[in-house]
Amino acid sequence: MIRPARLLALVPALWLGAFVLLPGLIILKISLSSAATAQPPYLPVLDWSAGLEGWSSFLEALDFTNFETLLSDTLYRDAALSSLALAGLATLILALIGTPIAHAMARAPERAQPLLVALVIVPFWTSFLIRIYAWIAILKPEGLLSGALLRLGLVDRPLEVLGTQGAILIGLTYAYLPFMVLPLYAVMARLDPHLREAAADLGASPARVFWSVTLPLARLGLMAGALLCFVPMVGEFIIPDLLGGSDTLMLGRVLWSEFFSNRDWPLASAVAILMLALLVVPMVLLRDSGARPGEAGR
Amino acid sequence: MGDTGSVPRLGLEGVTKRFGDGVAVADVSLALAAGEFFCLLGPSGCGKSTLLRLIAGFETPSTGLIRVDGLDLAGLPPHRRPVNMMFQSYALFPHKTVAGNIAYGLDGLSRTDRSARVKTLLARVRLENFEDRRIETLSGGQRQRVALARALAREPGVLLLDEPLGALDRGLREETQGELRALQRRLGTTFVMVTHDPGEAMALADRIGVMDRGRLVQVGDAATLYERPATRFVAGLLGDVNLIPGRITGRDGEWIVVETGFGPLRASASESAPGEGEAATLALRPERIGMDASEGPAGTITEVTYLGVRVRSQVRMNDGTLLRVSTPAASHAFGLQARDLHGPGDTIRLDLAPEACRILPP
Repeated sequence: MIRPARLLALVPALWLGAFVLLPGLIILKISLSSAATAQPPYLPVLDWSAGLEGWSSFLEALDFTNFETLLSDTLYRDAALSSLALAGLATLILALIGTPIAHAMARAPERAQPLLVALVIVPFWTSFLIRIYAWIAILKPEGLLSGALLRLGLVDRPLEVLGTQGAILIGLTYAYLPFMVLPLYAVMARLDPHLREAAADLGASPARVFWSVTLPLARLGLMAGALLCFVPMVGEFIIPDLLGGSDTLMLGRVLWSEFFSNRDWPLASAVAILMLALLVVPMVLLRDSGARPGEAGR
Repeated sequence: MGDTGSVPRLGLEGVTKRFGDGVAVADVSLALAAGEFFCLLGPSGCGKSTLLRLIAGFETPSTGLIRVDGLDLAGLPPHRRPVNMMFQSYALFPHKTVAGNIAYGLDGLSRTDRSARVKTLLARVRLENFEDRRIETLSGGQRQRVALARALAREPGVLLLDEPLGALDRGLREETQGELRALQRRLGTTFVMVTHDPGEAMALADRIGVMDRGRLVQVGDAATLYERPATRFVAGLLGDVNLIPGRITGRDGEWIVVETGFGPLRASASESAPGEGEAATLALRPERIGMDASEGPAGTITEVTYLGVRVRSQVRMNDGTLLRVSTPAASHAFGLQARDLHGPGDTIRLDLAPEACRILPP
């Protein structure tokens, strides 16, 4: 007889198994298959009626051809590198913008803080897609930004931002800022204000207090924020699709076009597996550093 | 102390701090000599911690001046002030080692000087070889010592201590009191300590400043505050006291006569005593009342409690006033038969010596 409490603990395991592990295995299997004009559009498909014979022919038909393609064709390598570079750069920008915002929020009068948090969350009330569409209107050559700069005389011809990597960076920074600010704020708001006072009392200027006390103690919030932004940004599809040019190479877009345009499910699955492998690295790094809180320096 | 010619180490002049409608610190003036151990004593919310934060620079006075060695601290941020503070919560940096915490304020020194200084400071608080320990591995008493060493690292002219022993358990607190006192004597640093514990203030301080609702009501050494309190609040804070309402009726030689509900009493005046004909309060310590007098006001014992060192009795005077009397226990226990002991119901006369009766404002 299993106790109800144990049964309850089983629920998340079942959930993860059914909706994460199983689909993952299916994608892994498809990535080892080859594309075919069939329904489903890949081969082999396990023939259950053939018994052991069916299994062995099924397994023999699986190979790493798609991954070899990924490694040999520079398109995929470039897309991966460009995704990592854009997501990395955007994460850096987000950290630089998000940290002072979170710091200011955490130091605001206590009564004002719920309002400030609400202001950070408010954009979520509008659809992500619509908010990114709105940026097209801002960034296009005859758009708001370009028009404003032209009228101010800061530029002498319409801006060519839309369709560049710059536009993607702007979009990523805009869309993911709350994911950077909120975990940072959550950690910073909990810091004992006496620690800052003690540092100041011991002769530290406000800048030194920030670098030597506030930031090291908010490190876990910064890393959580960076991870929350970096991981989905690497696979981001909507922002590069809407704001980037047709030549923009990002994994999310490559995956989409392999899947829908080329109808090459196995190759698309291989791209997905590659992306997963790339993202496991920062996660493991974070977990390792998170296990030793506050180890950094004296 | 009493050295009026020289500039005080710490001088407060009319310091007031208002928060919104409330006044946290009201018109506090004070001069502390170099090397003095001063305690700010009062219940929580009396403004003593706010006063400390004003000196440290975490709060700005609404009016008034704060000087250290004559230097006006107005406008100086905390990190530029020649004072250091030891926080009630210790506020040790959890991401730094013991040495990292203590050396935090020593960034002007070279690496070797700094580690030598950390060593000296750790020896001073009896934590040799604790340099590389992490804060979370320390006991409460060890954290308290690290916090003290860190606050002393910059050799401040004035060290502010906010309830430095408040988080320790009782046995450790008494032991640490002695060490703190010895350390202060040896270093000659001016200490300003905030505490709500009268016993602690009396054990440690050269002088005590009693705060009540933002005001500094009396400053003096422990004996002065205990024997000659200026107000009912001070009298009650430092120890048990009988407060008897009355009216001043005249003089009898050097004594002032106060009419109480159970007859006239002679008493010694305080500076703050009201004038003739006015209402007043008589403060009378239970241990200064004698039992078994041949003359004096009569009363009936209602309660006797044996407390080991002393015996506490409650006496009902003829007008119903209840007085607490505390007598040494030895006379009850040794060589006396039970019939010699006073018990509830006995009628006795009390010896209320004029030296023991002090007149306070009502």
